[in-house]
Amino acid sequence: MKRITLLLILVLGAVLLKGVEDLPDWGDPLSPAARHVSDYYITHTMSDTAVPNIVTSVLADYRGYDTMFETVVIFCAGITVLTLLRRTHRQRKKVLPPRSDRAGADIVLQAASRLLIPMMQIFALYVVAHGHHSPGGGFQGGVIMGASFILLALSHDVKTLLALLHERTVLLLSGVGVLIYAGIGFFCMFLGGNFLDYSALAGVLGVSPVMARSHGMLGVEIGVAFTVTAIMVSLYLDLATGGELDEGL
Amino acid sequence: MVLEAGYLWPFDLLILPMVLILAVASLVVRDLVSAAIIFGAYSFLMCLLWTEMMAVDVAFTEAAVGAGISTVLFLGTALYIDRRSKD
Repeated sequence: MKRITLLLILVLGAVLLKGVEDLPDWGDPLSPAARHVSDYYITHTMSDTAVPNIVTSVLADYRGYDTMFETVVIFCAGITVLTLLRRTHRQRKKVLPPRSDRAGADIVLQAASRLLIPMMQIFALYVVAHGHHSPGGGFQGGVIMGASFILLALSHDVKTLLALLHERTVLLLSGVGVLIYAGIGFFCMFLGGNFLDYSALAGVLGVSPVMARSHGMLGVEIGVAFTVTAIMVSLYLDLATGGELDEGL
Repeated sequence: MVLEAGYLWPFDLLILPMVLILAVASLVVRDLVSAAIIFGAYSFLMCLLWTEMMAVDVAFTEAAVGAGISTVLFLGTALYIDRRSKD
């Protein structure tokens, strides 16, 4: 069986490499992908949205609808893992072998993480807020924020994390993120624009329609960051404890 | 800065074979914890490749999600279940 698999992989790999020959060169300005809408984004982003980072404006504004459902995908993934793994006290049956007891907490790790976690959280906020001007945005910032909470659970224990951030809070935050994103979209409709057309927010925010699109993007990035942070923490809690939330890694 | 294809080819020559070796190694290795850590290293090298191709946003995501969170989630799961892979 293994030989057949290996042969199949080699044949498919050869076909794939043959197919790659036809792809345009890296950075080719005449490639089909670069001739369609890229020109518009490169020349109009600054005048349309006042955001220097084209990637952010494409993700959060021009393709905002797409990104909203990407956030929903992350939300669904988190909920699915929760549904499959989470076991309450009543239905505890010990399907998996019991884990060995946790060795004593390490004071060096705890002290180091206490220094590191605030730095990570400030950096995460910076990444979310500065995504308009530099690489970054809601997804990356949310992941870094989630990682800081996971570091707390790793260096102390899961109970320390849960004392600060209850499981219900985590799940509430994951829903709030999607709600912020969709809410901004519906609010734009309420003000007479299209769904996720942030320029409709200009009157409420008291800025020009161009700046309103920039601010609207910040709003949805914050929503994405909420969901991603919460789902990352939730995934860790369920995966590392086998769904019992008692003893983690 | 002028963008040229193959701008950093010695860099490519160094990274690409390592990416291949790590990708195969993470599949071949029996110990799931080792596999998770090798996969983290693979993600980090991919992140360097994205940076070299000037896709900084993608590189950032790869570093945070691929090399960071995924490795932790894999490790947490691998330590919970049986560490040894059956095949």
